[in-house]
Amino acid sequence: MPVLEVKGLKKSFGPTAVLKGIDFSIEKGQALSIIGPSGSGKTTLLRCLNFLELADAGTISVNGKVIYRGGDLKKYSDAEIRKKRLHFGLVFQNFNLFPQYTALKNVTLAGEMLARERPDYRARKKEILEEIEENARALLDQVGLSDKLGFYPHQLSGGQQQRVAIARALALKPDILCFDEPTSALDPELTGEVLKVIRSLAEKNTTMVIVTHEMQFARDVSDIVLFMDGGVVIESGPPGQIFDNPRVTRTKQFLERYNGT
Amino acid sequence: MKFIPVTISLLEGFGVSCVIFFLTLVFSLPLGLIISFGSMSRFAPLRWLTRTFVWVIRGTPLMLQLMVVYYGPGLIFGAAAFPKLTAVLIAFVINYAAYFSEIYRSGIEGVPRGQYEAGQVLGMTKSQIFFRVTLLQVIKRIVPPMANEIITLVKDTSLARVIAVMEIIMVAGTFTAKGLIWPLFYAGLFYLAFCGILTLLFNYIERKLSYFRV
Repeated sequence: MPVLEVKGLKKSFGPTAVLKGIDFSIEKGQALSIIGPSGSGKTTLLRCLNFLELADAGTISVNGKVIYRGGDLKKYSDAEIRKKRLHFGLVFQNFNLFPQYTALKNVTLAGEMLARERPDYRARKKEILEEIEENARALLDQVGLSDKLGFYPHQLSGGQQQRVAIARALALKPDILCFDEPTSALDPELTGEVLKVIRSLAEKNTTMVIVTHEMQFARDVSDIVLFMDGGVVIESGPPGQIFDNPRVTRTKQFLERYNGT
Repeated sequence: MKFIPVTISLLEGFGVSCVIFFLTLVFSLPLGLIISFGSMSRFAPLRWLTRTFVWVIRGTPLMLQLMVVYYGPGLIFGAAAFPKLTAVLIAFVINYAAYFSEIYRSGIEGVPRGQYEAGQVLGMTKSQIFFRVTLLQVIKRIVPPMANEIITLVKDTSLARVIAVMEIIMVAGTFTAKGLIWPLFYAGLFYLAFCGILTLLFNYIERKLSYFRV
């Protein structure tokens, strides 16, 4: 059973159809990369998965259960949407760390807020908060930042900020972790350290959906690659197929232009 | 030497100036926030109404507004005028609320969308995002323009004299009419001292918020 299954997902902004029916699925522990030209709808797809946009039509299923159905059933309350979001984590292109909090607090904050909803929060408050902090420390250690716990975002490099953002997303233990061009705002040197972290997550079988322009990285790290253009999935398959033997001309064109420059 | 009586009179006048200053702040700070929500409303008629109101208030002199509030009810409706200090406060509160609302708006709209979205994808509620994520960023952004506006208010209190409220400049003027110029300079020192204290206070707040950058 796929951990995530997307069927017929559509999204328009006014008269512009950005997603025209997206289907794909991903098994637990797999990494799926989405490549394609700018404006092809990759980011919108991720935003629909995280309910930052609500898809107009189609379904999103997690662990075999439909959690979102677009169309006339679109009347989900804020609280429901909030709960659905927790299946997913999202790492942004621009990190979006909270500037007034240290690296550690950035990672613990959301967990602390959620913990308040636990029935045993009052009784075990101290213990729970300790667990959250311990978990955050472990995650920051995992992304190689155990020496930066007390640093504020502006004191960190872009690569370090993005690694904090990854730890922050992991802290809530999402079923699927999404990356929206995680290295596009970084120079090549810093890109490497972030990709290394994502690679290590792939080795630990973290289920991931990665929108990226780093073709070599997508080839190395993914189990499946999705090529999108004009709001549809043009071609998908294992990286070997997409990168070495694309079946569709459009895929070939795109990759050739990419390798050419 | 009339130093002591002049000092006492000026202090009384300054007391009136301070009352205008503090009461204006107490009412216009929250009212400004309400107006800023209006000018950011998704409901277009409310938004345009609010923005027109702000345009009118910011586009006409406070002195004019003060005179309208004081003389208007009597001359237009034949009603009793507000007590002088009340009229001053009404005009000042409305005027300053309009200015503050624009400062709030710029501060709130200045928080990048990504901050809200980051909170959302982390499962935070709207109020958690407001109080835990954006509020402090907004405050940090608005401290410098608010400091500016509040220091302007200190000096604007002197406009109250146009409807004969005995604030410090008017008091000083009574001495000048008797041939003394120095009480005017002396009155200026009160403003300087007060603004100096405010400047120190705002610098302190800015410094307290300088541990992060937005």
